[in-house]
Amino acid sequence: MNSIIIAVIVLGGIAFVAAIVLYVCSKRFAVFEDPRIAQVNSLLPGANCGGCGFAGCKAMSEALVKESDKGSIENLSCPVGGTKVMSQVADLLGITVANGDPQVAVVRCDGTCTNRPRTSQYVGLRSCAAMNTCGSGETACGFGCLGCGDCVDACQFDAIHMNVETGLPVVDETKCIACGACSKLCPRHIIELRAKGPKNRRIYVSCVNRDKGAIAMKACKSACIGCGKCAKECKFEAITVEGNLSYIDFKKCRLCKKCVAVCPTKAIMAVNFPTPKNVEEKKEVEA
Amino acid sequence: MKIKTFSIGGIHPEENKLTHEVPTQVAPLPTQAIFPLSQHIGAPAKPVVKKGDQVKVGTLIAEAGGFVSAPIYSSVSGTVSKIDAAIDATGYRKPAIFINVEGDEWESSIDRSNNLELVRNHPELTPDEIIERIKNSGITGMGGAGFPTFIKLSPPPNTKPECVIINAVECEPYITADYRLMLEHSDEILIGLELLMKAAKVKRGFIGIETNKPAAIELFTHKCADVFDTTEYQVEVVPLQQRYPQGGEKQLVDAVIGRQVPAPPAIPVNVGAIVQNVGTVYAVYEAVMKRKPLFERYTTVTGKQLSKPTNYLVRMGTPIQLLIDLCGGMPEDDNKVLAGGPMMGKALISTEVPICKGTNAVTILSGDEARRQTPQPCIRCAKCVAVCPMGLEPYLLAKLSAHRDWEHAEHDGITSCIECGSCQFTCPAHRPILDNIRLGKSSVMNIIKLRQTK
Repeated sequence: MNSIIIAVIVLGGIAFVAAIVLYVCSKRFAVFEDPRIAQVNSLLPGANCGGCGFAGCKAMSEALVKESDKGSIENLSCPVGGTKVMSQVADLLGITVANGDPQVAVVRCDGTCTNRPRTSQYVGLRSCAAMNTCGSGETACGFGCLGCGDCVDACQFDAIHMNVETGLPVVDETKCIACGACSKLCPRHIIELRAKGPKNRRIYVSCVNRDKGAIAMKACKSACIGCGKCAKECKFEAITVEGNLSYIDFKKCRLCKKCVAVCPTKAIMAVNFPTPKNVEEKKEVEA
Repeated sequence: MKIKTFSIGGIHPEENKLTHEVPTQVAPLPTQAIFPLSQHIGAPAKPVVKKGDQVKVGTLIAEAGGFVSAPIYSSVSGTVSKIDAAIDATGYRKPAIFINVEGDEWESSIDRSNNLELVRNHPELTPDEIIERIKNSGITGMGGAGFPTFIKLSPPPNTKPECVIINAVECEPYITADYRLMLEHSDEILIGLELLMKAAKVKRGFIGIETNKPAAIELFTHKCADVFDTTEYQVEVVPLQQRYPQGGEKQLVDAVIGRQVPAPPAIPVNVGAIVQNVGTVYAVYEAVMKRKPLFERYTTVTGKQLSKPTNYLVRMGTPIQLLIDLCGGMPEDDNKVLAGGPMMGKALISTEVPICKGTNAVTILSGDEARRQTPQPCIRCAKCVAVCPMGLEPYLLAKLSAHRDWEHAEHDGITSCIECGSCQFTCPAHRPILDNIRLGKSSVMNIIKLRQTK
């Protein structure tokens, strides 16, 4: 009986001392965390995709709170949540946010198997990054898509797939959240984030080849040859030609499609435009 | 006596030295020579000629573009036709100087006489003068990597060179250019070695030769005894076991003087050795004694299917296609053409690529030889670990690279990899180990560079 009492007293004493030590420590070494970080974090989608440029949503919320204290979160954006989430975050933090255009990943290469014939065979590791270290890959174009699908592996949202017939990646617009993971990983930098455009319509140069016209044409039928016809045709100064390559600024482009018509190699893509009726009818008549 | 070799790892691929007994031939001049501006590690050279300029053999056409860079000299006489992009060994179009060949007129400053001036101690030349002449001649390491030679001779402070080691190992299968050069120009090489020892202010020299070149070992042993007997220099010929990659700088230092070079950024001179390829030594002789800049080199053109594999003395800028034609033309098969040997060579996408300072061989492999087998899962047999001459764990590094785990890859020493390919060669599951490591190594190097600039 006596030993039980001693045990209870000793253990109780130790517990009491430990409790005091714990209490003192928790007060003394407490780390203050801004409660807004947790609130912002609960608004973010929790995809941890890294599209915002941070390691995950927690890091992004910390950055948002820190930047909001400085007065602006305009250089931060959550591609998954988009404008909706960002405006909620801005409301919570009590600042306004400029609504950016929604973006989508665009593959700037039209080197399909028919446009760009295979010239050699690569036998090493099937990875674009590895193939990129061995010259122009399996075609004569040293700039275009290598076709091993590093971008497909990079996409966490199942939004990009290889088209077996063309050998090029295709972006699913409904799934793409413009996190930019594919664009960062592409060793040839052919994937670009561009504004989705009104009604998802957009015009872009589907080529990144900077070789001189003759060499580019030899490698790929639909290469941009830097002839500058599109730039001359454009009335809105949206097109610049630099280093044998044309580029369309999507902020200035008014989607008039004039450049598409004059491009001699059909390197300029206009997507999601309705097909003109008379053309369709003509085709039917010809068929 | 036990024949020396490096202490860990290594493989022994089939030798295939088809051109061992084939004397060197002088390759004819091309109709057009192409000089890529980046033939060396470091900044590309800057052109000093323009379209329409007349040049002679040995005329400076591009000057060094930075500290780690080397000038380029014309190997032909004629007219500069254009400065334009041309495919080089990397497979990409890069700026190059094109020269249309007219005649064969040499700069008058170059001494073309054949008399061998055996000047001992070279009293008229100070070490700095020797280094200056090497620098101005555009000499880069002729073994393949293309590191400007003069930098090796001006070692960083707090290092003290003790010896010069000539790399005459030639451990890659097929290649025999260095071997033929040694047999045909042994006296010049010894003078070159003496110049190098004088420039580096050391008294000891070694010549490392693999035992599959007995004629060269014998020749050099005799010559060294004759030539260096009465001088202050001590030169020793070191026969080495046949083992790949013995020609790797660090492996050679280990094999010859038994010292291990620490992990990068350490270089052989940190343990007191300056390693120079035998072709470089010959180029040093020509540059210093004959005032002849680097514009031609010994190259082996080889392959089991070629009808006449041969060693050539070839002017730089000569398209590889011309050499293949000289050897009986491209065999009819789905061939793989490599600039370099089968272990470290780079596959070419075009045979119009010119011979550059670092092209020690052109190897043509048939489709069957070059084809890879389907990779199987790794069974952790650790064969790659056993053969890695750097004591790394290739299977692990490859896995870390594939998962883009750069932090651990760096910790596990991925930057020490010398890309010899022993791991991939030996892997029974045919896994693309080196492909993955190479990717990881370049990524990790970039990360380190970024960290250092911050």
